[in-house]
Amino acid sequence: MEPISIAGTPKTPTVHFDNDKGKVEIKGRSIPENSIEFYKPLVDWLEEYLSNPASLTEVNIQLEYFNTSSSKCILDVFKKLEAIYKSGNEVLINWYYEEDDEDMLEAGEDYQSIIKIPFKMIEIDE
Amino acid sequence: MVFSVQNWLAKHSKDEVLFLFKGVVSGSLITDSLDKIEENIENASSRAKKKIYNVLVECLQNLFHHSLTVKENDDGVEQGKFAICLLTKNQIGYHIIAGNFVNQKQKDFLSKHLENINSLNNEELKDLYKEILNNQEFSDKGGGGLGMVDMARKSGSKLDFEFHNYTKEYYFFSLIINIVE
Repeated sequence: MEPISIAGTPKTPTVHFDNDKGKVEIKGRSIPENSIEFYKPLVDWLEEYLSNPASLTEVNIQLEYFNTSSSKCILDVFKKLEAIYKSGNEVLINWYYEEDDEDMLEAGEDYQSIIKIPFKMIEIDE
Repeated sequence: MVFSVQNWLAKHSKDEVLFLFKGVVSGSLITDSLDKIEENIENASSRAKKKIYNVLVECLQNLFHHSLTVKENDDGVEQGKFAICLLTKNQIGYHIIAGNFVNQKQKDFLSKHLENINSLNNEELKDLYKEILNNQEFSDKGGGGLGMVDMARKSGSKLDFEFHNYTKEYYFFSLIINIVE
C-alpha cells in the first residue's frame, strides 16, 4: 500500500499517512461542506492498514478548527485506530490544542471517552 | 404587523455590524466569507475568536444545506436559496444572527430540536453531543445533526430562535447565537 500525502487547503487539513513509519497525521482546518468525500479515502486506507499495521502507530491530530460534519468522520478515523489497538498493536494518539482553546481540549476529551485508546493531550503555544 | 425581511434585518443591524451576508449561500461564498470574518474579528480575544469562527462555520453551512427557495420576490428577497447571516458586536459580546426560509416540516423539527437543546445544562449538552456523534447517522445533506448542539456548547448560551409567518408555505426562521466576551 502507498502512503497518503495531501496538502492543506483553507477548508481541508494537511494529511500524512505512512504505513512503513506507522505515522498518521491530520493537521490544520477541517471545515468542508462535504466531509465524507474528503475522509472516505482516509478511512479506507486505515481499513487496509489494519491488516498489516506497524508495531507502533503514532497518531498526531492537530486541528485549528473542525466543523460538525468533520467530527463524525474524525470519529470514523479513531474507530479504525481503535480496531488496530484492539488487535494487539500499540497505538499512541497525540491530540494537540492551542493554549486557551478549551473547546478543542474538550473535543479531544469527547473522543477519548468514546474510543478506548489512551489519548495524550498536548498544549501548544498559539 | 406583517413580517418583512428588511425590517428584521434593520432591527438586527443596530449594533456594530462586523459581517453581513444576504443572498444565496454557495461553497465558495463560505470560503470567502470566512476569510473576511477572520480579518474583522482580529481584535476579539483568542477565545472569543475561535468560538465566533466555529459558530459561523456551522451557521453558514446550515444555511448552505437547508435554506429553501422562496418564489415570491417582493421583500428584497432574491431568487434561489436566500439566506441572511450577520455578525454584530455590542457591550455584551458578539452576536451571530442567521435567517432563512423553512417549511412546516423543518419548522416542526427545528422547534423540537432547539427547545430540547435549550432545556439542557452543559453536562447534558455534552452527553447529547456524544450520543449524536456516535450514532453513525448522516442526513442526506451530509450533515451530522450536531450543528445546533455544537453551537449551543461553544456559545455557552441559550439559542434564541423565532419563526415568522411569511407565506402560506414558508416561515422565516431566525436564529441568534450570543457569545459573551
